[in-house]
Amino acid sequence: MSSEMRDKILEFIRDEYLDDEDQVIDEGTSLITSGIVDSFSMVSLKNFLEDEYKISLSDEEASAEAFNTLNSILKLVRTKLGSE
Amino acid sequence: MNERTAPRGKASGNSNIGDIDARRREFKWNRARQEAGLPEGGPFNIGWLCTDRICESGSGEKTALIWQSSTDEIKRFSFDDLRRYSNAYGRYFTDLGLDPGDRVAVFMDRTPDLYIGFLGGLKAGLVMQPLFSAFGEEALEQRLRNAGTRAILTSRKLAFRIRKIRDKCPALEHVIIIEPGDLQMKEGEQAFGIADAEPLDSFTCYEAKEETPSILHYTSGTTGQPKGALHTHGSLPAQALTTKWVLDLKKDDLYWCTADPGWVTGTSYGILGPWSLGVTQLVLDGGFTVNRWYEAIQNHGVTVWYSAPTAIRMLMKEGIEGAGQFDLSSLRHLASVGEPLNPEAVIWSQEAYGRPFHDTWWQTETGAMMVTNLPGMEIRPGSMGKPFPGITAAVLDEANKPIDEPNKPGQLAVRPPWPSIFRAYWEREEAYKSKFVNGWYLTGDQACIDEDGYFWFMGRDDDVINTGGHLVGPFEIESALLGHEAVAESAAIGKPDKVNMEVVKAFVALKAGFEPNRKLEMSIMNFIRKKLSPLAMPQEIEFVDKLPKTRSGKIMRRLLRAKEWGEEVGDTSTLEDD
Repeated sequence: MSSEMRDKILEFIRDEYLDDEDQVIDEGTSLITSGIVDSFSMVSLKNFLEDEYKISLSDEEASAEAFNTLNSILKLVRTKLGSE
Repeated sequence: MNERTAPRGKASGNSNIGDIDARRREFKWNRARQEAGLPEGGPFNIGWLCTDRICESGSGEKTALIWQSSTDEIKRFSFDDLRRYSNAYGRYFTDLGLDPGDRVAVFMDRTPDLYIGFLGGLKAGLVMQPLFSAFGEEALEQRLRNAGTRAILTSRKLAFRIRKIRDKCPALEHVIIIEPGDLQMKEGEQAFGIADAEPLDSFTCYEAKEETPSILHYTSGTTGQPKGALHTHGSLPAQALTTKWVLDLKKDDLYWCTADPGWVTGTSYGILGPWSLGVTQLVLDGGFTVNRWYEAIQNHGVTVWYSAPTAIRMLMKEGIEGAGQFDLSSLRHLASVGEPLNPEAVIWSQEAYGRPFHDTWWQTETGAMMVTNLPGMEIRPGSMGKPFPGITAAVLDEANKPIDEPNKPGQLAVRPPWPSIFRAYWEREEAYKSKFVNGWYLTGDQACIDEDGYFWFMGRDDDVINTGGHLVGPFEIESALLGHEAVAESAAIGKPDKVNMEVVKAFVALKAGFEPNRKLEMSIMNFIRKKLSPLAMPQEIEFVDKLPKTRSGKIMRRLLRAKEWGEEVGDTSTLEDD
């Protein structure tokens, strides 16, 4: 499940936000501070996570800090899945 | 809180502008060069004035740029570095066969090459065309095609985006890629950048006159595609003097303008203003997080900070406690631009930082600040302030006559000339002419003036959407939406948003065979984000069977907007019958 979730979110980020196909991103890559995902684009990432994992994220939960790396996103989704 | 009775902040004294009343009475624009310390009678080339001139004055070794990358790598450039590397860029552009007057776009994140390449292009007499790095393919194509851009300076990752539209831009001969690494170059692509370039000690700058075109900034309107506002080398006294008097920059300041040079604030006050005064500035590349911004102020010792209401509201969300975790005591003056600064933000900044944000109002077309809260002036939270010395502003009635009655709304207008007023909309002469009526420049903003001469922003006079301090045209979004396979017709409006003032909302009628659902909504949102930009992406899509139209078939955005904002719908007599 964990690896599947990781790959799915990573694929979405690659498809939606990366121009350079050779750009390497992993669990620790800063998505927000590196500018890969900006504050406006966070909405589409939030919608993806909500739809894919049937969770609901408040504006406070979908913060720049929570979305900054794949690791922090995975942590957020897992927490929500555990609590919902 | 009532805006007019809110507590009033007061900025610190000992400001560059000195006696504000005397300035208002006596200042004339023909004294701007002298007041800003710029040479009378030329040279006028902005590239030279912001680099060589500072070096000639003995400040060559002074730090001009502290650059912090998105991965927090830090580089410093002296004014002499700016001078020599911009020389190298000027030489490179010239050797490439680019001629004075050619449009050259800069399209990249906030890297040193953006700033230095921009100055180098100006030195070579080119018309520099800054483009926001988040622009999608269609937004990019429209601007390159309209301007007939001959070359574009970009980064490796954005080169991929340019490749997708290259064949639709026949004038685009050169794609210059900084640090391409192992990227396989295609025809017309070449590598150049300060990482590999030899700094050049001498370059003969193009002898620009005051009216020589310098910068082409695109801005959105209600109708048609974005228009390129053309500025000249003679604009610099306006940017330099407003930087000196409004931002109050002094020789030893460390200044941070948070705007991206893809927008006019990022060039007028993120390049021209501070460097024409020989002031050190910080550039922070990468995205926004509260901690990152506060750390930047703390670690670099920022003294003057020019930011935007959207960012300030995001900082407010973290509370005063968030600010309290950092040492922000270096800050001595704060200013804001891009959208109206709400009174709560002014009051909050007084509590959080011990000083208020000073709101400023101006536009891409004005090139420099027009209505401002000057340091030392009594601030009325929520007000744009008063016209800058030498600027005559008014609100006009429907007959385009100034309204004398206090607090009565009308269209905000400014009386030309001033040095930085735009000289044309590129290839859109009629649109340019329509902005000037009865000797006034019509801003498209609604405002009122109180009994004491303070200006208060009321809203847009048209359908343009102000999101996060950037203008987005509804027509541009609606046109792009038609490119989506499911969209039959649409209307884009701004809907209220606590942080961004407005965000884009689209009403969409689907083609036969498509059913509204969440997946389709996401598909449409992401389609616009990639085509235009994240700013233009609808944050909400409402599927409708049909859109309200006039009997002549024009979509009544006004009706949709009024409903969204809970306002009176107004006259619906022209609405088509069901």
